[in-house]
Amino acid sequence: MKKFISLLLVFALVFAFAACAGKTEDPSTEPAASDGTSEPVSEAEPSASEVPSPENPVIRLATTTSVNDSGLLPYLLPAFEAKTGYKVEVASAGTGIAIGYAKSGDADLLLVHSKKQEEAFIEEGYASTERLSFMYNYFVIVGPEADPAGIKDLASAADCFTAISKVDTGFVSRGDNSGTHNKETGIWETAGIDPTAESWYQSVGSGMGDTLIKTNEMSAYTLTDKATFLSMKDKLPNLVILKEEADDMKNTYSLLGVDPKGAGFKGAEITVNTEGANALIEWMLSDEAADLIAKYGVEQYGEPLFFLLEK
Amino acid sequence: MNETIREAAGLLFGGDNELWQIIFTTLRMSLMSTAVSSILGIPLGILIGRRQFPGRGLLLRVFHTLMGLPPVLAGLIVFILFRSIGPFGRLKLMFSVAVMVIAQVLLITPVTVSLSASAAEAKSPLLHETARGLGLSRAKEVRLLLRECAGQLVSVVLMAFGRSIAEVGAVSLVGGNIQYKTRVMTTAILLEANRGDFTRALAVGVVLMLLALLVNVPAYTLQEKLR
Repeated sequence: MKKFISLLLVFALVFAFAACAGKTEDPSTEPAASDGTSEPVSEAEPSASEVPSPENPVIRLATTTSVNDSGLLPYLLPAFEAKTGYKVEVASAGTGIAIGYAKSGDADLLLVHSKKQEEAFIEEGYASTERLSFMYNYFVIVGPEADPAGIKDLASAADCFTAISKVDTGFVSRGDNSGTHNKETGIWETAGIDPTAESWYQSVGSGMGDTLIKTNEMSAYTLTDKATFLSMKDKLPNLVILKEEADDMKNTYSLLGVDPKGAGFKGAEITVNTEGANALIEWMLSDEAADLIAKYGVEQYGEPLFFLLEK
Repeated sequence: MNETIREAAGLLFGGDNELWQIIFTTLRMSLMSTAVSSILGIPLGILIGRRQFPGRGLLLRVFHTLMGLPPVLAGLIVFILFRSIGPFGRLKLMFSVAVMVIAQVLLITPVTVSLSASAAEAKSPLLHETARGLGLSRAKEVRLLLRECAGQLVSVVLMAFGRSIAEVGAVSLVGGNIQYKTRVMTTAILLEANRGDFTRALAVGVVLMLLALLVNVPAYTLQEKLR
C-alpha cells in the first residue's frame, strides 16, 4: 500500500506543479521580465508614469528572419514600446510563413520583403493598408573567395546566376518560399534557367542564417540579404561578398496591416489589434524610426545595413 | 568544450534573465504536457491492458503507430485546428504555452497509453488468477495491479517528460518561438544554431540536459524504491 501512496504522491506533485505553473499564465504580467534586458526601455524609465497604457497592449508582428536575426527589430522596438506602452510580439520566420500566420488571423501586421507575395496578399483581400514600402537594402551574392564562376565583374544578378550554372561549385537555395527565395527564383527566371533538377543546386528549406552556414560548409554560392550576412560574417570564414548593388538586386521592405473584415477571411471571426498595428506602422514611418534605422549597423559594420526609401 | 561549459555557467549565473525565463517556460510546458498526457493515457492504457474486448488488438496497433507521429505533423494538425480562422480559433490560443501543451499531449498520449497498456498486460493475467483465488473485489484487484506496475508507471511518466522537454518541431510551429513568451530551450537552441552561434547553442543544450537530470535523478530513485 505504501508504494501505491507514494505513486499517488508523485502524480499529485507533478499535477500540483503544473497547476501552479498554469496559474501564472497571464500574458499581461510577462513583459516585466523583458524590461531589464532592453536598454532603451530602462533609459526611459524615469518617465514611466507618463507612458500611456493602451487598451489592447499586445501587437502581433509577423516578419521575416532578416529584420529580426540581423538585430534591427530588437534594436528598434524597445524605443517604440517605451514610448507607447505597447508590447510587440515578434514571430519571425520566412516571408512565406509570416504571410501564412497573417492569413490564419494570427498576426496584426506584416513586415516582409516580397513584392509578388505582398501583392497577392492584398489581392486576395487580407490587407487593411497598401504596401507601405519604407526601407531597402541590397541582396548580395556570396561565395568562395576564389570565385570559380567568375561572377565578380558581371553586370547583373542574372548574368552571375548564368555563370554559376556553368560550374559545379554549387548554389544553395533557401527553398522556403521566403522573400529571399522568391527573389532568387525571379533571377533564375530572368536568366532563363530552371536549376531545380540540377545536381549543383541544393535547396535546403531553411532560414537565412542556417542557409549561410550550410553554404559556408559547402563553399558554395548563395543569394542573401546583406544585413544577415554582415551580422554573421565572423561565422562564415569561407564566404565573401562577390556581387552587390546590381539594379536587379534591390531588396525592399514593406509594412502591411491585416484587415479582420477582409474578403480573404471569408467572414471568419478573427480579431486584429488594428489600433496597435496602426500605431506601430505610424511609428515605423516616423522620422524618429528613420533616424534609428539610418544609424543601425554603422558603428558595428562601418556602414548602414538598411536605407530609407525617399518619401 | 571548456568554452561551452563556461558559457553555460555564464548563461545560468551571469544575470541573463532571459535564460531563466526560457527555463521557466520550458518547465511549465513540459510538466503540464507530462501531467495531462499521463492522466489521460495511464488509466486508458491500464484499462486496455487488462481487459479483453473486440477491437482491442486494432486499438493497440493504432496507439503503437501513433507513437511514431512526427512532432511537426502533430504541430501542423494543432496549428490548423487552433489558428484564428480554424475551428477552435475563438479560443485565441495560438502562440501560447497552452497550445504548445495541446500539441504535445497529442504527441505524447499515445506513448503513455501504449507503455502503460503493455505494463498492465504483463502483470494482469497472473494477478487476476490470484485475485479470483483469494476472492478479492475488483477495486482491490486494480489497486494491487497499480502497486505491481508502479515502477513501470514512473518510467512512463519520465518517458513522457523526456519526449516533451526534447521536442522542437511541434512547439516551434504552434508556439512561434516568440521571445519572452513561447521560446523554450529547444527552440532557443535552434535559433542560436541558425544564427551560427554554435557555442551558445551548445551551452543552452548543456543547461537543458542539466534540467532533465534534475528531474530524472529523484524520479529514478523513487522508481528503484517502488520495485
